[in-house]
Amino acid sequence: MERKNMKLQTLKTVATVASLAAILMLGACKKKAAPPPPPPPPPPPAPTASISVSPDTIQTGQSATLSWQTSNATDVSIDGMGAVQASGSQQVSPSESTTYHLTAKGAGGTQEATTRLTVNQPPPPPPPPTPGPSDEDLFGQNIKDIYFDYDKSDIRPDQQGSLQGDAQFLGQHTNINFTVEGHCDERGSIEYNLALGDRRAQSVKNALVAAGVDGNRIKTISYGKEKPFCMEHTEQCWQENRRGHFVYQK
Amino acid sequence: MMVSNLPLITYRSTILSFAGCIFPAAHNLFKEMHGRVTADSRTAPMRRRCCRALSLALLLCCALTTTSLAQDWVRTGSGLGVEKVRLAVPDFKPSTNDPQNAALLKTFNDTFWGDLDNSGVVELVSKSFYPLQTPGQPPDVIFQAWNVPPPNAAMLAFGNLGVANGKLKILGWLYDAKNTQSPQILGKEYTDVPTDDAARLIAHKFADDIIFRLGGGIEGIAESKIYFVSDRSGHKEIWEMDYDGANQHQLTHQNSISLSPRISPDGTRLAFSSLTKSGWDILMYSTDLNRLVSFPRYGATNLSPSWSPDGAKLAFASSRSGDSEIYLCDANGGNLHRMTANKGPDVSPAWNRKTGAQIAFVSGRTGLPQIYTMEADGTNQQRMTDQGYAVSPNWSPNGQFLALAWIRMYGPGEPGSSDIYLMDIASKKWVQLTHDGGHNDFPYWSPDGRHIVFQSSRSGREQIWMMLADGTKLHQLTFTGRNTQPDWSWK
Repeated sequence: MERKNMKLQTLKTVATVASLAAILMLGACKKKAAPPPPPPPPPPPAPTASISVSPDTIQTGQSATLSWQTSNATDVSIDGMGAVQASGSQQVSPSESTTYHLTAKGAGGTQEATTRLTVNQPPPPPPPPTPGPSDEDLFGQNIKDIYFDYDKSDIRPDQQGSLQGDAQFLGQHTNINFTVEGHCDERGSIEYNLALGDRRAQSVKNALVAAGVDGNRIKTISYGKEKPFCMEHTEQCWQENRRGHFVYQK
Repeated sequence: MMVSNLPLITYRSTILSFAGCIFPAAHNLFKEMHGRVTADSRTAPMRRRCCRALSLALLLCCALTTTSLAQDWVRTGSGLGVEKVRLAVPDFKPSTNDPQNAALLKTFNDTFWGDLDNSGVVELVSKSFYPLQTPGQPPDVIFQAWNVPPPNAAMLAFGNLGVANGKLKILGWLYDAKNTQSPQILGKEYTDVPTDDAARLIAHKFADDIIFRLGGGIEGIAESKIYFVSDRSGHKEIWEMDYDGANQHQLTHQNSISLSPRISPDGTRLAFSSLTKSGWDILMYSTDLNRLVSFPRYGATNLSPSWSPDGAKLAFASSRSGDSEIYLCDANGGNLHRMTANKGPDVSPAWNRKTGAQIAFVSGRTGLPQIYTMEADGTNQQRMTDQGYAVSPNWSPNGQFLALAWIRMYGPGEPGSSDIYLMDIASKKWVQLTHDGGHNDFPYWSPDGRHIVFQSSRSGREQIWMMLADGTKLHQLTFTGRNTQPDWSWK
């Protein structure tokens, strides 16, 4: 600023005091020569200021370019951004609509300019799923395990109802993948029970495939007697443990 | 006689001679009970001996058979009619004044006595018959204190132990107590670090040396290992212990369910079945590297591996065809091919450990699981068991017998207890080894063919138990958690 002022002064002085021109040209900034008698200064020009934003409307998260220009100003600032260059541009990305207020102060006065950036909220997210049951809940409510006789892996007649119900549900909910676990009661031997549990799981899978369920949706695993549902040594408990158990696959 | 290395013969011929010579009716009774007793001319001389020696036991037997005809077995005792060597084993003595001696001596003496007591080849003379002064070195031996009643020992094992200069030194002798002129059969010197483990190991080595000499030249088992499944960590993992139950430690850390450990004949690899993300897979653990090594994942349910005696092949059960069948592959998992093809689960293959030419396995093709045998190429499938629920076959090291778990009297209203049986392969004749309740399963032969380890719930929860192959010397090896599916190292 000081340098600017000095140049201005120098120019005006050239017109009136030719003899001092050379000295001022040589060392204008470095050395303040003894000032000539100041001429009466002309009134300083008033500053100008303009500001714009492009685009003037954005979505949340997008950005816009804020541009401003001033002249004859010594002190330029934008509210919220502080002091800025006399002219320039900047990317802005406000989260809500903002009015940018530019103030340019100069010897000739103060000039203000404003522009507004409108920020549109994005379309609201789809409403939360209706509080109805999820697939997993429906699976748990509708699917029935298949129970087996001792040492058997064929689906016995009294389990056909459960099996048909399962197949019907799975036919209506084709997006659901699941595992059939084969389980056995505690009485058999560990290794044979794992092979038997494998057959039980396969047996349930085969029956479902026969009823129209896509086999690629069905995984099978045997737990033998390694993960019993019931720990007592009674026939009721053993029957609980001899089953093909359905598990929803997330 | 083949008595010492074939305990089944011992057991059966003993019963025969015992029942046949004094009480023909009992013979018939036994025949009815077991259904397949044949007279054996070789047993005739023994019968006469038995008649004299066992009259007291006979009275007991008569009472037993007349009062409880429903009982399907007769306990006759260990080695009846068989002269086992009477061995006296006085405690080893300290040879130095080192303070560590007392603890090491206790470990050594307990282990040494246990090994000899469990061996099945000697009869240990009760310590209450020993003279007050026992020897710690050869000059101390007073023969007439040992070789006449009450100790009446035929053999004397003695020695000393001492720590000196940071080394443990153990000297041991085996003397023929009745040969006062040149009594020494064995004289051994062992040096090692003064630790409990070293004392235990030396006891095993010296016991094995004695058993080798007195047991017909069959290697002892005192240095063998038993692998098993334990849930003590919260998951079923594979564990290892010494054959006498000492030094139990966890090998695998799968944090899943790991089952059916099978150590390779050379002891370097342990195959087992484990539940992984892809299902039940055969996994391979290196006992040299103490970690898993790669083995193919075949998909579907893969169970119950078994090594061929040359260590070149594995048999196992896989349901990759949709039904559990027996498959064979090379030791590295390559060259997979299927051996069985029938409806019903096939599982639990066990190689003929002598020939490697046959495989026993379990099949549910006719309903309840039964034991079958086949040639190792899958031909000549033969059903071995006639009824009930028969699983977990294991072939004896001499190739003659199968050990198996059998619920013979399976059916509605039957007690249905699972017991350990031995079956003679050629004749399909069998004998029941366990009678004392609980669920007994997974018999596995010791390398010397004299012992069988198995799992039993007789003490409450499943634990590992061991017995001689005639059903005697029964004792429990594990006490913590649930312990199942024992597997004995091959040497």
